[in-house]
Order: sequence, then structure tokens, then C-alpha cells
Amino acid sequence: MVLSLRKKALKKSLFVFHLSTGSCNNCDIEILDCLTPRFDIERFGITLAGSVKHADVLLVTGIGTLKNIERVKKLYQQMPKPGFVVAIGSCACTGGMFRDGYTMAGPLDKIIPVDVYIPGCPPKPEAMIAGIVKLLNSIK
Amino acid sequence: MKKVIVPIGPYHPLFEEPEYFALYCDGERVVDVEWIAGYNHRGIEKISESKHWDQITFLVERICGICSTSHPIAYCNAVEDLAKVEIPERAKYIRCIIGELERIHSHLLWVGLAGHFLGYNTVFMWAWKYREPILDIMEMITGNRNHYAMMKIGGVRRDIDDAYIPIIRKILEDLKPKLNMLTNAVLDDPVLAARLKGVGVLTDKDIKEFGALGPVARASGLDIDVRRDSPHAAYDLVEWKVITQNEGDVFARAVVRLLECFESMKIIEQCLDNLKGKKGEISIDVRNIPPGEGIGHYEAPRGECFHYVRSDGTGSPLRHKIRAPSFNNIPTFKASCIGETISDVTIILAGVDPCYCCTERAIVAYDVNTQKKILDGSDFIRLSQEKTRKIEKEIGVAPSRWEEKNWERDN
Repeated sequence: MVLSLRKKALKKSLFVFHLSTGSCNNCDIEILDCLTPRFDIERFGITLAGSVKHADVLLVTGIGTLKNIERVKKLYQQMPKPGFVVAIGSCACTGGMFRDGYTMAGPLDKIIPVDVYIPGCPPKPEAMIAGIVKLLNSIK
Repeated sequence: MKKVIVPIGPYHPLFEEPEYFALYCDGERVVDVEWIAGYNHRGIEKISESKHWDQITFLVERICGICSTSHPIAYCNAVEDLAKVEIPERAKYIRCIIGELERIHSHLLWVGLAGHFLGYNTVFMWAWKYREPILDIMEMITGNRNHYAMMKIGGVRRDIDDAYIPIIRKILEDLKPKLNMLTNAVLDDPVLAARLKGVGVLTDKDIKEFGALGPVARASGLDIDVRRDSPHAAYDLVEWKVITQNEGDVFARAVVRLLECFESMKIIEQCLDNLKGKKGEISIDVRNIPPGEGIGHYEAPRGECFHYVRSDGTGSPLRHKIRAPSFNNIPTFKASCIGETISDVTIILAGVDPCYCCTERAIVAYDVNTQKKILDGSDFIRLSQEKTRKIEKEIGVAPSRWEEKNWERDN
């Protein structure tokens, strides 16, 4: 009961925390792009949180390298629940062209549970916003 | 003497070399810097050895999202050097256009982030807004906002249609006055001058010792640019000049980057002149790569990017070595950070442009003796922004209302 109330409260304003686990930086730039004047998702109450402890949604990019997985797990544990994980970009969704690499420990759903996948290399800001909207609609 | 270690990192979405910095501090002053890399290591060189020559262009594109056409150009140069082929003239101009458009968007991105670190979110929003039209051009002519996939061994993959040329020109024309305004606003601002001048100075001796490259070297008076010194693509066919400054501080690096945007526009316009109304091949067939070795450079927005390939005559390289510019630029922190205050370190580290977009959540300071957390990422940016506010008060400049509101909300 308490959990579902909290989930309902989430719908009003999502705080996202963005975490890169061995990406090429492009998805990260496109996430920041969502905050700038052209897309401006702050209009909808979505903003970047400075610490994972204030976040409702974890936006994860990158393949998840061997050196990073421990940190990803730790950050996921620190995130207050209920929280959601969004895998952004082909690397986080499937491993992409790095799937055969020797440092590959992902894709992300092997490390932590994932709620939404946004494919693309990099996904456009519109695609990211659409993904977040789908996440919002799925919250019950 | 009690020293405090300030770890920065390890999360840095830099290309192959994300890093971890430990700043050794005595009070406010930084006395030593340590660097550990490898968090973002994806084994690209090894993966490259298992791919076909043509597939590698897409792989090297994913080394870095911001210089995502510099690596393919350098790689194609290396393979073309090995196979001894000359690309068609039209392909040369198209390579230049894509490379220079990327330089403009990369430099604008840097200016925006630097503004954010200094507590000037207006500059951040401006610069990122003016970057969008460049991405629109990219989407129009290549099909994607980033990761253009335009390069190919022996030429380029797509032609730039004549119908697009006036549109590109129009967008660039519209961008010029805005960029001019942004440049003047940044360069004439007394607060920014107070924050950036004389901070993080690198002398030309430092630059030579560390082997620093790109805008960092040019801001310290070193007149180096691969585009001019080792001409490839169409850089020897168009008129442009290399921007240099002598001060070597963060302000000079900002000046170099902003003025380079205008040079890039000049190059793009001349290339468009040469493309308009003409027809020609955009690529030649390179079927077999002979045994041997080849090298290729390209002046990426951050400095010289270097690729080496060795072939044994089969379908994939025997060895592929990549050296990205930040690999040389990052160790300069040893010279530029020491003796500076912690509140200035953020902008000095950002001044080299090591793709600094996610630092804020990753910096944490611990006391050496108690292991107690004393500062974290947002504190660093706050410290830096507080210093700007202090200087604003000292020289009597009032921050805009919007900045003030932002400041109150964040703190």
C-alpha cells in the first residue's frame, strides 16, 4: 500500500540520475541535451539529481565493463525504492558491437534489473523522452 | 603536515581513457595529483583485430561520441596510406565539411560545460542551444545527430546533395551572429576574466615535456595543427589559419576554441563552394589491403588523433593502435593543478576538455585520517560557483535574475 502510494507520487516529478558504465559518451551528451532549451524536460518536472540517493530513475549508458560492475551494483542498492532503471543506447540494451570484447560484463540486465530499454546509437532526445513517458504510463 | 586526498572519479565517460584523479591537498592548495585509468576500457583495439577492414570504421566511430568522425578519418587515412590510394576530390571536401561541423559542435559543448562549472548556467544553455542547428545539419546530410557513419576506406559513404547546400549555408549564416554574440559575451565578461585569467597556466616548456596537443598546446603559443602540418582531406585546398594564444591559461584555451569555430565556418563555406554544381565520384573501390603498415592522423577537436594499422594481406588488421589526444593532455594536470586552489581545479580539469559531463556525481573528498566524507561532486561545483559569486560582488557586477534564482534553488 505504502509502496503503491509512493509510486503514484513518483509520477509528478521524476528525479533522474545518470550513470555511465563504459559508454562512448554520446548517450550521456544526448541525456544532457534533453535538459537544454530545445527539449527542456524540466518543464515536465524531470531533472538530473546530483546524487543517486535523491534519484527515482537510474539512466544507465554503456556496456558495463568488468571494472565498473561492482560500482553499478552499489549505486543500484543506494537508490531509494521504488526506483526504476532505464537502459539507454544499444550498448546498455544488448552490448552492441562490444559484445565480444574481453572487458564486457554486461549487458546491463545481467547486472541489475532493467525496467525500460531505449535502443539507438545514440537514441535521439525525442526517443529518450518517449521512453520516460512510457515508463510514467506504466506506473500503477 | 596533514594532507587531504581528494579523489575525483572514477566515472568519466571519456573515450578509451576514463580516469580517476586523486588530488593531494594541503588546506585549499593542491600539492600533488595522481591519475588511474582503465574504467572505460572496452578493448576496442582487440575487437578491431577480429573485424573486417570496412567494419572497423563503425567501431572506431564508437570510441568517442563527441569526436566521432575524427577517429574514422584518422583510421581511413591510415588504411589509405597502407593501400597507397588517393581519394577523389569530392570526397576530400565532404570529409572536411563533416570534420569541421563536428569541431564547431564539440567546441560549443565545451564552452557550455565550462560555463556550468563556473556557475554561469546562462552560458551553458546558450552554447547548447546554438549547438542544436549544427546537429540538425548533421541529421540532414548524414541521417544521424551523432555517429555519422560517413567515412569509408577510399572516400565517403554519402554525397551532399546540391539541394542541401543553400540550407546548410542559411543555418550557418544564422548561427554566425549568435556565435559572435556568445564569443563577445564570454570574452568581455569581467567576472569570467577574473576567474579564468592566470589560472592553470601551462608554459610552452610544459607543453613540450608532456606532449600536449590541440587547443591546449595552441593556447600556450605552440603553433601546431595536423590539418596544416600534415595536410590530408581538403585542408591544403582551402584558406584558413591556425589560432594561437600565448598566455597558456584557461582563458586562452577558451579564446582558441571560440575563435576556431569561426575558422571552421570559413572552411565549410569554401568546401561548399567547391561542391556546388559539380559532379564526381565520392569513393573508389579498395578491394584488397596489401601487407604492410600505415599511419594516419587527424586533428580532432581535442588534438591530434593517431591511428596505426598493420596488415598481413587478410581481411582484418594484424594490429591496430589508437592514440587519442586526451591521453597526452590529461597528464598536464601534474603541471597545471599544483599550487591552485580546490575551487579552481574543476575548471582547470575541464579546461583540457576531457569530456567532463558526468563529474559532478563522482567526486568525493575524504579526510585521510578519519576516512570521513567531507566534500562530494556537487560541493566542488558549488565551491567553484561560490567563488564566481564572490568575484561578482568584489567587482560590483550583479548576476542576472535567472542565475540568482537558479542559485537559490540549487542551494
